[in-house]
Amino acid sequence: MRHLLSAADLDRDAAVHLLDTAAQMAATQEREIKKLPTLRGKTVVNLFFEDSTRTRISFETAAKRLSADVINFSAKGSSVSKGESLKDTALTLQAMGADAVVVRHQASGAPHRLAHSGWVGSAVVNAGDGTHQHPTQALLDAFTMRRHLVGTQADPDGTGRDLAGLKVAIVGDVLHSRVARSNVQLLHTLGAQVTLVAPPTLVPVGAHTWTCRTSYHLDEVIADQQPDAIMMLRVQRERMGGDGSAAGGGTGFFPSPLEYTRAYGLDARRLAMLPDHAIVMHPGPMNRGLEISADAADSPRAVIVEQVANGVAVRMAVLYLLLAKEKETTR
Amino acid sequence: MSSGPAVPMSGRPDADAVPAIPAVPVDPDPGGLGGSEVLGPQEISRALTRIAHEILERNKGGSGLVLLGIPTRGVPLAERLAAKIADVEPGVDRTQLVGSLDVTMYRDDLHRHPTRTIGSTVLPPQGIDDRAVVLVDDVLFSGRTIRAALDAINDLGRPRLVQLAVLVDRGHRELPIRADYVGKNLPTSLAELVRVRLAETDGVDSVRIGPERGQA
Repeated sequence: MRHLLSAADLDRDAAVHLLDTAAQMAATQEREIKKLPTLRGKTVVNLFFEDSTRTRISFETAAKRLSADVINFSAKGSSVSKGESLKDTALTLQAMGADAVVVRHQASGAPHRLAHSGWVGSAVVNAGDGTHQHPTQALLDAFTMRRHLVGTQADPDGTGRDLAGLKVAIVGDVLHSRVARSNVQLLHTLGAQVTLVAPPTLVPVGAHTWTCRTSYHLDEVIADQQPDAIMMLRVQRERMGGDGSAAGGGTGFFPSPLEYTRAYGLDARRLAMLPDHAIVMHPGPMNRGLEISADAADSPRAVIVEQVANGVAVRMAVLYLLLAKEKETTR
Repeated sequence: MSSGPAVPMSGRPDADAVPAIPAVPVDPDPGGLGGSEVLGPQEISRALTRIAHEILERNKGGSGLVLLGIPTRGVPLAERLAAKIADVEPGVDRTQLVGSLDVTMYRDDLHRHPTRTIGSTVLPPQGIDDRAVVLVDDVLFSGRTIRAALDAINDLGRPRLVQLAVLVDRGHRELPIRADYVGKNLPTSLAELVRVRLAETDGVDSVRIGPERGQA
C-alpha cells in the first residue's frame, strides 16, 4: 500500500489487517502515555481545501501520537486564495519534504491527481474528495461495527475477522455522500450486506450497479431487514444549491425539512423498531432534528462519539502502514 | 535450500547493522529444515526450569514479579516460565505473573523493513509500577529488540528493576545489553541462522542452527 485513495483499493485481507492494526493502536490510546515514537522524524502535511473539524483534528492527533511532525494547511488564509493551483501547492509541499500528504478537496479525484501526477513523491491519503471517497471514514465505521457487532467477551476487537453476515442500512443524502460510497465498497469487501435508503432524488444515477441494495422506504427496511447497524447521513445542504430561502427552508431535492424528517429521520419510534443489539451511527456533523432526533443521537445505542475516538486509532494505523517501512524505490 | 519466500532473516551479511527480531522467520516448510539441532524439547524444558529457579533465587521469591514476553515467541516462553514458577512457589498466581510487551512501534529499524505487524501488549492487572519485570525473548542477538522493549516499558510505568531472560544468546551485540538468565549460550557467526520453534506457535519445540538459506 503506497497511497490510500479509495476504499476500493483495499481487498479483504488488507482491510482486516488495517483494522487489526487499528485495534492495537486503540489499545495504546488507553494508556497514560499515549505517544509512541514510531514515526519520529517523519512529516505529515494536512492539506485541507475544504472545511473540516473532526477529520483534520483526527489526522493531526493520529500523526502527533505517532511522533510525526504535522503541518496544517488550509486553503483559507493561504496562497490558494490568491489563485495558486493544486500543482504549485503540491510542489511547494514536496520541496519542504513531506512524507505523507493528507488531502481533502472539494473536487472529486484531486487526491488521485496528486498521487499519480508525479508532483509529490510522498504517500497520499484521501481525507475526502468532493462526492467521491472518504476511505478513512469507512474504515473507522467498519472498525466501530466490528467492535460492537463481531467482538466477543474474550476478544473485544474481533481480531482477524471481517463483517460477514452483518446487515447495515445507510440512510439519507446518498447523492452527495462520499462516506456512503466508501462504506458501500468497504463493507461489501468485508462481507456485510448494505442497503441504501434515500428519497429518489437523493439516490445517485447508477446506484443500481453498486454492490448494495437500494430502497426508498426507511420503515420497511427497518421492519423487514432488522439491520445490525444503521448509519444516518448528513443532509448536505451546502451541496444542494439554492440559497435555502425557499418556503420552509426546502431545497430542490425534498419539499421541506419536516417532510424529510418524517420519511427518513431516525426518531424514537424508529429507534424502538430496531433490534436490541443494533447500533446507531453518524459520520458527523449531525443536523439534530433533521436526519436524526435527539432521542436517537443521545441514546445508549448511538456510537457517534466512539466513532470519533476510533477515527484516531484507524488513522494512526493508516499512517503507520504507509510510512513505517522502507522507502519504495519504484513507483 | 536455495528457494523460499522472502522472510526477514538475521545473519545476512548485508543486514548485519540492523537485524530483524533475531532469527525467527516463519517457515512455511517445517519439514525441510537444514542445519543441526542445538536444543530439543527436553533441553528447552530443562533450560526453562533452571531459568525459573534462577529468577526466584535472584528475586528472593515470586512476589512483585512480572514476566513480560516479547511477541511472537517470547510470549509462550514467558507463559511456560510462569507455569514453572507457580508450580514451585506457593501463593503465586500464574495469570497475575505474565504479560506480553509489543516493541514494534519502538524499533529503530522500521524504515528498513517492510511494514511489521503489531503484536499485542497485555499487562497483568496490577501493572508494572514498582515491580520486578523480567523481559522474556527467544533469541538475544544485537540487543536492539531489548532496547526497544526498555523504551516501551518506560511509557507503561516505572518498574523497580528490569531483568532479561532469553532462551538462546547468540552473541554479536550492538548495544551494551546483557541477559540475566540464559538458556544456552550459542557462539555463532553472523552468516549463520538460529531458528527457534515452539509448540505453541510452530507445533514443535526445537532450536536449530544452520547456514543461511535462500541467498536472495
